[in-house]
Amino acid sequence: MKKALRNPSVQAFVASIICIILGLLIGYIVLLFINPEGAAESILNVIKNFFTWSKPKTQLKQFGNTLAKTMPLLMCSLSILFAYKVGLFNIGVAGQYVAGSCACLYASLAWGWSWLPCLLFAIAAGAVLGAIVGFLKSYCNVNEVISGIMLNWISLYTANTILSKVKEVASPYTMYINDVNPSALLPNIGLDELFAKNKYVTIAVPLALLIAIAISIILNKTKLGYELKATGSNKNAAKYAGMRENRNIILTLVIAGGLAGLGAAMLYQTGYMRWECTQSSVPSMGFNGIAAAFLGGLSPIGAIFSSFFIQHITDGGQYVNTNFYSSQISDLISSVIIYLCGFVLFIKITMTNMLNRSEEKKIQRLKVPLADSGKDGDK
Amino acid sequence: MLLLIQYTLIFSSVLILVALGGCISEHSGVINLGLEGIMVIGALGGALTMRYCNTSSAFVMVMLCMLAAMLFGCIYSSLLGVACINFKADQTLVGTALNLLGTAAATVFVKALNTAANPDDHSSEIEYVRARKMFIMNIKGFEFNWFMLVAVIAVILVAIMLYKTKFGLRLMACGEHPQAADSVGINVYKMRWAGVLLSGVLGGLGGICYILAGVSIWKFENGVAGFGFLALAVMIFGQWKPTRIALAALLFGLFRALSNTYIGFPSLAALNLPSNVYNMMPYIVSLIVLALTSKNSRAPKAEGIPYDKGSR
Repeated sequence: MKKALRNPSVQAFVASIICIILGLLIGYIVLLFINPEGAAESILNVIKNFFTWSKPKTQLKQFGNTLAKTMPLLMCSLSILFAYKVGLFNIGVAGQYVAGSCACLYASLAWGWSWLPCLLFAIAAGAVLGAIVGFLKSYCNVNEVISGIMLNWISLYTANTILSKVKEVASPYTMYINDVNPSALLPNIGLDELFAKNKYVTIAVPLALLIAIAISIILNKTKLGYELKATGSNKNAAKYAGMRENRNIILTLVIAGGLAGLGAAMLYQTGYMRWECTQSSVPSMGFNGIAAAFLGGLSPIGAIFSSFFIQHITDGGQYVNTNFYSSQISDLISSVIIYLCGFVLFIKITMTNMLNRSEEKKIQRLKVPLADSGKDGDK
Repeated sequence: MLLLIQYTLIFSSVLILVALGGCISEHSGVINLGLEGIMVIGALGGALTMRYCNTSSAFVMVMLCMLAAMLFGCIYSSLLGVACINFKADQTLVGTALNLLGTAAATVFVKALNTAANPDDHSSEIEYVRARKMFIMNIKGFEFNWFMLVAVIAVILVAIMLYKTKFGLRLMACGEHPQAADSVGINVYKMRWAGVLLSGVLGGLGGICYILAGVSIWKFENGVAGFGFLALAVMIFGQWKPTRIALAALLFGLFRALSNTYIGFPSLAALNLPSNVYNMMPYIVSLIVLALTSKNSRAPKAEGIPYDKGSR
């Protein structure tokens, strides 16, 4: 048991669970403050999400919806954690996601491309944005967080401008891919049957899971992954060891941007959502990706579960009692969780310290009867 | 033209206040990326005062409102202090969390207030038409906002504080070389706390200034549209120096003001560009400016690194 607690991944898991519990607790307290009457029920609904429906078939269908939205979130969190392993905080993920949405929607609606080219185009758009951040970082020493945020807003306004060319006349939303160009929808390959004919469950689900595994392999088992991580931990050391540190930084952000762009395609090419051309803030998907990445202990496999959890409570937010509360309570919970993730390092160190102390005590207890004087007691 | 000057000045005031906050915090060694969230919370504090305070005296109202915004920002920034100074958390992560938390918390809170007052009202808006007038003096069509004056005073005060007082010099030492500062008896943790709390005060002030800049009703779901980060760009462009920050803020404020007023200029309106282009302008300008100026950055050397007494 104690040995298991020393294992870094077990520690990360325990720390994440602590973050989740505290986050939900704080959410509950906030609800209590607003109105004590329905707080317990509402927070349970947030946790239950699709289980609040009584019919198993509806549950399954809603589960499919959550799953369909989990995949883009997973891509965003992979984007964040991949860059973070290389020492970069890719907050531009939100903008890269926007660029991806813009690219795949425009290509499918205006040019009538089929799904695969649209998907690739979205990846390319995200990657280009990532490359800009990488270039500015490596050659102009611009902090990637600030350039990322600036690009988030630039891409939001660009997307609004471009996509208003393919929007419906009467509404601020883009046209339905379904009506205009069904060939751009991602294929279902029979997965919809598993989820009570939920047409939004597509090839994106297995694809995203495969990519998570691939990222895990790239980071841990390949030369490229090793070089990237080395650049992250010490840029100069990597340079003197013969690695091209500028290329590595740009490459990382290109990959991260591509992942975010792909994530956007995975959502918009299911037809689940349409772009609102008057929206005044960047979609929250990218920022939730930060929560998912850190909650998953910065491991690609952990990100699969944490993304699902974050999407689960985000969707659960719509089941709160709206007579008193607002659905943003789940945004509040996930941002509290991100905040608490800052303490993960502290939690881990405390855990190790506690283990050390209890072991020391044990050793001392064993040694006291043996040693005739206190001199050797602490050896 | 008058309108352009007016908007430039008021948006510059916002940027000056917030950028000075960021500047103090960074000089103490903590990168405050949570300014955006602090602005939202400060704005919330001010807006609540304007909604519930029924004074007819403009002076009392302005003072109370500013105090509330400063207090809210200060308290909220202590979240950053606890995590980054005492628990050595990743400053980028915590700052980002504060930004998200600020908007989410303000939205939940305002919606709850609105719904409690009127069960059918699910909006996240606070309206302050009457109170806003108290902040503004109309001088022949030019709307002078008291915050313009506050910003000028803030620049002077911060410049004196950083360069002429014992406290300011000690604060900067903690951002340049905390170990050396500690060795001569300065309490680095205390100094960093001071830096973070002061940045919270200024950030909160900037937040209330921002929502009073052009409108009389604020929707808290929208946050502050990246202004906290624009302020950080201003700070970098100003090379972490208060007076240069003020000049940089004027430039950025001008571009931000253009998006509100370009229709009034026949030559600009004739270009027939979509309004989104003007919305993008401040961000594009800041990217270009950053690309050109970051190479020889004069950033405090130890910023972003948690101070650990034991490390060498």
